[in-house]
Amino acid sequence: MPISYIARTRERYAGHLPYKWAVNTEAPWTPLLKPIKECRLALVSSGGFYLKTQPPFQDDDTSYRTIPVGTPLKELRIHHHGYRDADVDLDPNCVFPLDRLRELEAAGALGALVDPALSYVMVYSARREREERAPKMVAELKAAGAEAALLVPV
Amino acid sequence: MGLIAREIERAGIPTLSMSSAWDITFAVRPPRAVFVNFPLNHQTGKANDPGLQRRILLDALRAFEVLWAPGMLLTLPYVWDPDDAGWEEKDWGPGFELYGVGEAMQEGFAERKLGRAQA
Repeated sequence: MPISYIARTRERYAGHLPYKWAVNTEAPWTPLLKPIKECRLALVSSGGFYLKTQPPFQDDDTSYRTIPVGTPLKELRIHHHGYRDADVDLDPNCVFPLDRLRELEAAGALGALVDPALSYVMVYSARREREERAPKMVAELKAAGAEAALLVPV
Repeated sequence: MGLIAREIERAGIPTLSMSSAWDITFAVRPPRAVFVNFPLNHQTGKANDPGLQRRILLDALRAFEVLWAPGMLLTLPYVWDPDDAGWEEKDWGPGFELYGVGEAMQEGFAERKLGRAQA
């Protein structure tokens, strides 16, 4: 049975102003015009992954990091303010599946894995996510020739 | 993360979101999503189980092609532990400890753990 994470979050942070979850009754739509095995697919993660050679994320940070898809996963670092699990340190593929996607690309299950993958950490303002972060990431994805995007939150 | 998915989709790039929080994803409504009822931070499978990770990703990519209406949220039939759903009582519940907050601790922890994973 799915967990009620919204209720548990309200309970957990009962001493704070309640977080206002976005509620949408409709969604935007761009048709997928060809099979995934012919698409350039991008990986986008909100897991706070960055390279040890890059600046770490800050609190309330609407930037993102570009992770070359050939990066050995041991080169990754994580900064996340809200939640982490030791499993991700053991094997980042459980939420940042670069190794698996490279294998699927080699097997022809996707056309190409877009280089780089993108990673960020959410901020608590939905408006800043939409207005500050999203346009920069969209521009990065378009410049990299992404035809489809796989988004993996934490 | 659904907010970002919606903006990428609006800009002309189709998206598929992986979710392990059914209620949040249903509310935020990214354009296409699959739900895997695993603890948070395991949206693409269990650690060190590449076979499972691959199957989940292949299902997700298939869903990318077959979800046909805005806001569809498909549940994938994966079960964390068929004999024990006890994790559902604990994950993100009262007393659930967060860690990794704070850069110095984070960096040290990641160095140690990722180093061990490599060995």
